[in-house]
Amino acid sequence: MTRLAIGLAAGLILVGCTTTAKQTSTAPPLPHRDDLLWLQRVSFGLDTATIANYRRLGREGYIDSQLHPDARPPLPPAIETQIAALDVSHIDVAATLATVQAQRQAIKAMPDGADREQARKALNQQGEALAYQAARRDMLRAIYSPAQLQEEMTWFWLNHFSVYQGKANLRWLVGDYEERAIRPHVFGRFKDLVMATLEHPAMLEYLDNKQNAVGHVNENYARELMELHTLGVDGGYSQEDVQNLARILTGVGVATGAQPRLKPAMLRLYRHDGAFVFNPARHDFGTKVLLGETIPGAGFDEVDAAITRIVGRPACARFISRKLALYFVADNPPPPLVERMAQTFMHTDGDIAAVLRTLFLSKEFAAAAGEKFKDPMRFVVSSVRFAYDGRPISNTRPIINWLRSLGEASYGRQTPDGYPLTEVDWASSGQLSRRFEIARSIGAGNAGLFDAEDGDAATAAGFPQLANRLYYEAVEPFLAARTKDALNRATSQQEWNTFLLASPEFAYE
Amino acid sequence: MSDHRRMPEDRRFDGQRRRILKLGLAASVAGLTGRLYAAPVGGPRLLVVFLRGGYDSTNLLVPYSSDFYYEARPNIAIAKPDPASNTGALALDADWALAPAVRETIGALYAKRQAAFIPFAGTDDLSRSHFETQDSIEMGQASGGAHNFRSGFLGRLSEALVGAGADASPIAFTDALPLAFEGTTTIPNLSLKNVGKPAFDERQARILSDMYAGHRLENAVSSGLELRHEVAKEIADEMTAADRHAITTKGFELEAQRMGILMRDKYRIGFIDVGGWDTHVGEGAAQGALAGNLTSLGKGLQAFSQSLGTDWSNTVVVVLSEFGRTFRENGSRGTDHGHGTVYWVLGGSINGGAILGAQQRVDRGSLFQDRDFPVLNDYRAVLGGLFRSMWSLRPAQSAHVFPQSNPSDIKLI
Repeated sequence: MTRLAIGLAAGLILVGCTTTAKQTSTAPPLPHRDDLLWLQRVSFGLDTATIANYRRLGREGYIDSQLHPDARPPLPPAIETQIAALDVSHIDVAATLATVQAQRQAIKAMPDGADREQARKALNQQGEALAYQAARRDMLRAIYSPAQLQEEMTWFWLNHFSVYQGKANLRWLVGDYEERAIRPHVFGRFKDLVMATLEHPAMLEYLDNKQNAVGHVNENYARELMELHTLGVDGGYSQEDVQNLARILTGVGVATGAQPRLKPAMLRLYRHDGAFVFNPARHDFGTKVLLGETIPGAGFDEVDAAITRIVGRPACARFISRKLALYFVADNPPPPLVERMAQTFMHTDGDIAAVLRTLFLSKEFAAAAGEKFKDPMRFVVSSVRFAYDGRPISNTRPIINWLRSLGEASYGRQTPDGYPLTEVDWASSGQLSRRFEIARSIGAGNAGLFDAEDGDAATAAGFPQLANRLYYEAVEPFLAARTKDALNRATSQQEWNTFLLASPEFAYE
Repeated sequence: MSDHRRMPEDRRFDGQRRRILKLGLAASVAGLTGRLYAAPVGGPRLLVVFLRGGYDSTNLLVPYSSDFYYEARPNIAIAKPDPASNTGALALDADWALAPAVRETIGALYAKRQAAFIPFAGTDDLSRSHFETQDSIEMGQASGGAHNFRSGFLGRLSEALVGAGADASPIAFTDALPLAFEGTTTIPNLSLKNVGKPAFDERQARILSDMYAGHRLENAVSSGLELRHEVAKEIADEMTAADRHAITTKGFELEAQRMGILMRDKYRIGFIDVGGWDTHVGEGAAQGALAGNLTSLGKGLQAFSQSLGTDWSNTVVVVLSEFGRTFRENGSRGTDHGHGTVYWVLGGSINGGAILGAQQRVDRGSLFQDRDFPVLNDYRAVLGGLFRSMWSLRPAQSAHVFPQSNPSDIKLI
């Protein structure tokens, strides 16, 4: 009770300070509620720095700066140092894959026994460590990057072009996939994004296209490419289209060592970039018909033609627009908004930044404020951002574990549909009680976020002070009576924190 | 009373019928076999197991009398049953054999007439999309026409039973509530993979619930907090008792055992899903990826049946999947998305030890679109018939669960 009283008193003093500061400085006025509700949905949740940015730039200025972020948005130095020290920030994926494949073969050649088991285990641990580092980097950026929308869109597209780290060699690949196939294209042309995922070994391994060859067709990727990535299941393609796209994709795969020996005519069609390879010797050069268009056998150019054809369909513009609106606006996105976004998509050749601008400046987006239930990623990241307000953590593992226990682990969706995005998918009774438990872990401050990453000595301890200036400025004025009542019934600051993070106001954005 | 009333009126079910509601066909089954259901107290139990990913049913229930099977799967076929072997495929009749992976578990239930298979089962959805087909099965609504995307067949079954005054007590043993259970009431869900001490004491739980009073999540919040307490206590009691038996199960087997305990004591309709069946590459044959998954599933379902104890006799387990896979193996020693599949039905008192439903000879000519098993047994008709038998559903109730579908009696019970 004493602590709570202190927390509240400190908060009141802060409010006092704010008022004074406002009267004596030329700082822009406090944002209105509408602004805060808008802002928290164009970010992974509010913190002081984000609000300050918004005050400085205004709404249109803020959205334009978010849609065109710096090449390297500045992070707190302590976070920058952590990320720079990660192996995943430095590896070359083609070389790594080659090493892993060589190690696998070496292990295969070893005699049965403890040594072999040991080697197998060591290799797996190496892969898991790398995937964990990728998740850690992703999480640190989500929490601390000022380019918040870039982080949300990286999550969105990674989820849209979902891969699963548990399959084949994906553990070694997911970090590079996020970094080079997804992140550079999150605000770019949609076709470039599709092509970047199509040319990445993570996708080709995950959806089995590396096995797809003439005479040995595997239609897994072809189907999901149209159903999940571009057109949607009702997007007007047939089983024949799936089979023909699979034929077009034959030979698109992952480098497995030395370049194959090819005749000169074939060699001209061979393509190779890092671990990505198009091997014409594995390609079906027959003529295909895709979505009514004849595509003559031509090698990898067929893939480019097919993707151009697919992403140019109105069904693709609508499917992508609707999914964006589903993520940012509402579980049942208003059809007129989706249609305007789709028109922007079609008029701009799939310019994602333009489509997002249509979305964020729409009246529908403003009108839907406070109604979107946070998926676990949004809940966890917004909680940490709010609780620690820019203070650098040293140990990301608890956060990654929270997401796993809430069912939304990084690179952890086994099926290629990605995690679902609506309230009903995340607000069942079991999920809510789990969420409250996470709220308690964060509120009690004993999860070890300030321990050393390897779990050694704590460098700092203590629970966060959620009753802070940010709270009084951006949260407290808008709480419902029932939530205030619950907060008043808290018997410790930790419990108070827990109830606030578990409140309906914090569950929605 | 008319049998043609629509659902809302079913809630006014008369008291007389409510008291005598019991497992359907109990009398006739008892007459034939001497077994009696524990009715009316409690009533029957149902567990639906959804294999997400489209499991390769052709390598579970092997059409071993078909030469075409061996021709179509040069690398991944399961060898014909050898009467001299007790480890290979288990011959169930002259045409079908059971995969070696489940020989010891599901095969043993089959021998006791507690397991049955329905080949050529599935839907009329031809998208061959995992997600669309799973959704359409879970919704359980007629194809074509408008769908209610927030209404699943188990949700409607619960509504029909509650409306009739019967004990539905539904629960999903999953992290998220499955579409199959969506509907007009809040149905609890909790994964039993890890069961720990509840995080909140009663005072804290009350404050959290109060904070959501009047909110649309009110029921979900309070039932979630209650369930955590209830399950922690139930499982802790059971595990204390079980320590003496030195139970060392883990993984799905442990989870299924816990499901059995909860269904024995508190719940009547359960749902679990199991993933990892999308075997496009290297699925293996008698051993391998698919066999490993089947082994774990078989052990889990065996553990489930055992932890129900005597209540296994009024429990039915249905195992289903969104579709079967291509009859021929693909270029990567795996199989692609197909159509017809094989459903399993297990239970202490079912009409097991049989391959049920409409069937046809397995050869090239009988393939659907020259690639897949055809669907001869529509899942809505099969499940509708099963539920009708289990709960003596009247036509209006059956129609509430599976609208515009005629329940078919394939002699499961």
